[in-house]
Amino acid sequence: MPYNLKEVMNKKERLTPGHRMCAGCGATIGVRAVLRALHEEDRAVIGNATGCLEVSTYTYPYTSWEDSYIHNAFENAGATLSGVETAYRALKKRGRLPENENFKFITFGGDGGTYDIGFQSLSGAMERGHDMVYVCYDNGAYMNTGIQRSSATPMYADTTTTPVGSASNGKMQKRKDLASIIAEHNVPYVAQTTLTKDFKDIYKKSEKAIYTEGACFLNLLAPCPRGWRYETADVMEICRLAVDTCYWPLFEVDHGNWTLSYEPKRKLPIEDFLRPQGRFKHLFKPGNEDLLVQFQEEVDRRWEDLLYKCAK
Amino acid sequence: MSMKDRMSGNEAVAYAIKQINPDVMPAFPITPSTEIPQLVSTYIANNEMDTEFIPVESEHSSMSATIGAEAAGARSLTATSSCGLALMWEELLLAASDRMPCVLALVNRTLSGPININCDHTDSMGARDTGWIQIYAENNQEAYDNFIQAYPIAEDERVHLPVMICQDGFITSHAVENIILNEDPDVKDFVGEYKPEEFLLNPGKPIAIGPYAISPYVMEARKAQEEAMENAREVIKEVAGKYRQKFGRGFDFFEEYRTGDAEFIMLIIGSAAGTAKQAVDDLREKGIKAGVLKLRVFRPFPAEEIAAALKNAKAAAIMDRCESYNGHGGPLASEVRAALFENNVRIKVLCYTYGLGGRDFTVESAYNVFDELSQMVNDGKEFKQHRYIGLRSSQSPEVR
Repeated sequence: MPYNLKEVMNKKERLTPGHRMCAGCGATIGVRAVLRALHEEDRAVIGNATGCLEVSTYTYPYTSWEDSYIHNAFENAGATLSGVETAYRALKKRGRLPENENFKFITFGGDGGTYDIGFQSLSGAMERGHDMVYVCYDNGAYMNTGIQRSSATPMYADTTTTPVGSASNGKMQKRKDLASIIAEHNVPYVAQTTLTKDFKDIYKKSEKAIYTEGACFLNLLAPCPRGWRYETADVMEICRLAVDTCYWPLFEVDHGNWTLSYEPKRKLPIEDFLRPQGRFKHLFKPGNEDLLVQFQEEVDRRWEDLLYKCAK
Repeated sequence: MSMKDRMSGNEAVAYAIKQINPDVMPAFPITPSTEIPQLVSTYIANNEMDTEFIPVESEHSSMSATIGAEAAGARSLTATSSCGLALMWEELLLAASDRMPCVLALVNRTLSGPININCDHTDSMGARDTGWIQIYAENNQEAYDNFIQAYPIAEDERVHLPVMICQDGFITSHAVENIILNEDPDVKDFVGEYKPEEFLLNPGKPIAIGPYAISPYVMEARKAQEEAMENAREVIKEVAGKYRQKFGRGFDFFEEYRTGDAEFIMLIIGSAAGTAKQAVDDLREKGIKAGVLKLRVFRPFPAEEIAAALKNAKAAAIMDRCESYNGHGGPLASEVRAALFENNVRIKVLCYTYGLGGRDFTVESAYNVFDELSQMVNDGKEFKQHRYIGLRSSQSPEVR
């Protein structure tokens, strides 16, 4: 079916307003975009690792979720939804659920709950092949506890556990490439996406992930205004710059086939993505030019690697 | 009708699981409980049951998936021991606070370190305050009988709490003994169908589980959980009564063995109770009025009932297969002494730590305990109240 933005945007919201997430947060925009890909007649159980999204959307006695929702702990969203999905198969098999009722299983975790503390639980769920989608909303640090570094934090970012100081240029390590790692689990579908102007990329990938049988994974770049220090109104622009600088390439791995979803006509210099963000302010101080060069080299290396995988 | 067989404790529990045929079982292997998921997997592979088995990648995930499955509306369980229970500790609290009526087959093993695979109660006693009902077995028969009672207790609307069915690692889990098994239809009838009121997969009635709660709500939630644990007392008794009526076996909170006129009572949990009973029989022949109180239910703790059972004795020995490093005894010792004080039962007690890391608790060990109680009462001898029994010393032949 051709993508129709107006139609998609008019679908009923499955994460309703009134939650307590920040203005300019990429996570909620991303979650709503993913849920729009659910066919309206399908029910869903939403899982959630502990994090901003959980504490701000299900604060007792209020919930913003229209679908059934389960939060268990920080490190076990993969395992928890494994249990829910298995229960679905058990109850279906035993005739305890109506045959015409279809449930889909989608879990959300931040990069802390996904790349780090929940990595084992995620890996287990992916390897076992539960029919579910794990969506990582990657904002590149433990934002809920106050902007501590994670293995998703980019090199040189200023975080509260990698603070910039006279003896420090921020995080010293390169970020983990989680989408590739999950693709190496040989799951049917892995994609990297973010918020684009027409929301087509995230919609198409979410729909594919939700309606592909087996364990699927989406890595969603979800900017955080508190941690990245940009103007809240600029969230979409930040995402565009992440994509057009090739910091956050859009691609998918469909049954082992790597495909680039978007190739910028003109690849922008990484400075364009870094400059609007307070966490990289120190990179633009005189004397730190070499850090920018190194950052650019890392982006280029990964981009070339991705082009090779996509056989471009 | 019933069937006679010979089985180990692990086999007995796996057999009960097969008879109940729950919906979902996530599990991860750990000695000495490994056989339980192995046997269940084999039953499934041979089409003798059709539970969905999830071979998870850790015990933290086994309890996480158990909670997920139970929340979704499926009757769920897992099995573990020792470090596995320790790894799922966070999830034990969540299972209870989310009010999940799931079941855990625990095969008691000590916790590291040093790493050791043998029995003591360090694992389950460490989890005693996680909000789970805890029921202990002396032998394979009791492990089997207790397991069949687990879901009727857990799923009762007055309770809605998870249940841990404990048996002693190797001593019970691996020793093959005679057992009486119930017929499949009788077990299915006793356990009944699972009909959850609220669950994730209830079409058209979505629910949310696992909220963030601010201070005005947390204490009320905990109090409701505490009340459920109090309610569990009468439900455990009811279920035990029904089980006795149907199958002719079992006890409520504890078994009283020759305690009626006993001057000296040993309060003990698990397989060592069998050894203690032998010592009691021997001592009775010598005219010593000894008895055993074997505790079956540790959570909820039957404080009043224990105090009443001990009140006519001259002295009691409280036996902990666990150290709690509080400087004055194990967890059972602390709870029993509090129960006696609260109920104005002022008998003399000695608290013993025994059998750690699989150390044998022998009939001779039990004689020594009763002898020390007698010396304390009859000879006025004073003892340090917290004592170790069966400890090797520099004088032991194997050390020399």
